[in-house]
Amino acid sequence: MSAADQAHSIVAPTSLMRRVAGALVIVYAIVTMIPLVWIIATSFKTPPDSIAYPPKIVFTPSLEGYVNLFTTRTRQSPEMLAQLPPPTTWYDALVRSRNMVIAGPSNVVPRFVNSIIIAFGSTFLAVFLGTLAAYGFSRFRVPFKDDLLFFILSTRMMPPIAVAIPIYLMYRQLGLNDTKLGMILLYTAVNVSLAVWLLKGFIDEIPREYEEAAMIDGYTRLQAFRLAVLPQAATGIAATAIFCLIFAWNEYAFAVLLTSGSAQTMPPFIPFIIGEGGQDWPAVAAATTLFVVPIFVFTLLLRKHLLRGITFGAVRK
Amino acid sequence: MTEATTSGALTEKVAGATPDSLARPLRGLSDRAIAWLFIGPTIVLLLAINIFPLIWTIWLSFTNYRANKPNAEVKTVGLQWYERILTDADVWFAMQTTAHFVIWTIVIETVLGFGLAWLIDKKFRGHGVWTTIILIPMMLSPAVVGNFWTFLYQPQSGLFNYAVSFFTGIEPSSFQMLGDVRLSPWAIVIVDAWMWTPYVMLICLAGLRSIPDYIYEAAEVDRASPWRQFWSITLPMALPFIMLAVLFRGIENFKMFDMVNLLTGGGPGSTTEVVSITLKRQAFESWRTGYSSALAIILFVTVFGLANIYVKALNRVKQR
Repeated sequence: MSAADQAHSIVAPTSLMRRVAGALVIVYAIVTMIPLVWIIATSFKTPPDSIAYPPKIVFTPSLEGYVNLFTTRTRQSPEMLAQLPPPTTWYDALVRSRNMVIAGPSNVVPRFVNSIIIAFGSTFLAVFLGTLAAYGFSRFRVPFKDDLLFFILSTRMMPPIAVAIPIYLMYRQLGLNDTKLGMILLYTAVNVSLAVWLLKGFIDEIPREYEEAAMIDGYTRLQAFRLAVLPQAATGIAATAIFCLIFAWNEYAFAVLLTSGSAQTMPPFIPFIIGEGGQDWPAVAAATTLFVVPIFVFTLLLRKHLLRGITFGAVRK
Repeated sequence: MTEATTSGALTEKVAGATPDSLARPLRGLSDRAIAWLFIGPTIVLLLAINIFPLIWTIWLSFTNYRANKPNAEVKTVGLQWYERILTDADVWFAMQTTAHFVIWTIVIETVLGFGLAWLIDKKFRGHGVWTTIILIPMMLSPAVVGNFWTFLYQPQSGLFNYAVSFFTGIEPSSFQMLGDVRLSPWAIVIVDAWMWTPYVMLICLAGLRSIPDYIYEAAEVDRASPWRQFWSITLPMALPFIMLAVLFRGIENFKMFDMVNLLTGGGPGSTTEVVSITLKRQAFESWRTGYSSALAIILFVTVFGLANIYVKALNRVKQR
């Protein structure tokens, strides 16, 4: 149903109604974006500016939050600072202006790397397993098909907190506690249910005739799957991958309960970015900003598939 | 699998002396074998990482095992934990708190979400862009959302307190959204509504778009008022979708953990302590593994019951 169809129908909303509706929606969108815009603005403030009252809307931008995010610093007396050689870089100078010196890098980069490895690893596995299973469910007569599909869906309904205890114990036995492999397997298991449901919907829409034609030409079932189905399902697979990626990127509950150091991802780490004398809000805001940028890009890419993704593909748009 | 091998052997016999091509063993795989080969790994993974732990939880819920003392002797205690939970006033209080959250977030998100969907369905110029912008909050990590709302709720410097004081004249440092017993539950409801209203909106929008135009045209011919059209066509036709959104949010918020853990950690006192927070405290702070396992089973059975209703509703929507 396109806008043109609406215009031809005799019940098309009047242009005044449309304008009022538009104005209300835009007001909501702007109000809802204020917190996010505020946090991005905060990432470019200095610590004193970030907690100024009344809140500063106009401020001199500074990269102090980002410098503080990526480094650990120690406070020095002015006499000590005077003895040091002059700062060589702008960030050295910035930190010195606050009577501090850079002691070394912070933990942020390893946490980011963990997030990337775990999110991409689990996404790849979930989409790989999900594509095969979805094809299986879509094309073959599988005994107890509906029950198996419901079973797969129901695993996604489990409260993370309820399975976290035995997974913690199981991982302790297997030596998977606080390892990237453990988290990849866990996120794969959570994501595969979404992948199967979503991809089954996409594959159901590809006519069986393509494979049948390929098989008549002498290809095996597996070759037909690879040559006739996979290329057709590529968009669906890409959309599914992005949904899995967003979930694994954002996941908090399992990460906070099951990781403590070497496999910790960004979400449980962000609250612990603390500066001297309380929360270093510009640094926290900088971490948040860097963390949400990929999500903006993905949301734009996903526009058309959003509804399917959040309803397990049960509702189509 | 056996069928695959026999049919493979059969083809080999028929082929006789001719040399087998490399593709032959694959060609011999029956569809049934391929189906299991494709579905099997997923099922095995889910059994290993979801069902096995679940069964373990059930077993643990009958024992006095403590995860911080793995070498202590394990004794079965029967239904003791279940009895204790069902008579524990604190657990009932947490259940009530959870129910309050579920009800309030659903009411607010449904009203706002449906209203927005209804407005967007009017197809004003540029509705696509604004819809996408509105959808951004629900794509964010609860960790990120919890964090920056903590910042916005700061009594001295937070933007939220400033905005409230700007419009009402109340001194911004005189109310603490996260520290006040009366306000902290609402602080969480506000954040949840901010994050998840777009979700309800998206599902409602799909519902509204599924209503065919000719029904409205017929109503127009019958001179039905817009009010009447809304109550007799729009709302009933979109209702299954609204139900879907309500059930999905209900299930999600029943297990709500991240937002509460980040914003208040269950406090002040235990005013925002939902069941998941009680569970986390018992399991990972008091290390009462048996007790918390029993609580986990109770939570799971409740969510699973809701999930069953959800799938039934889903099927009804799909049949339309």
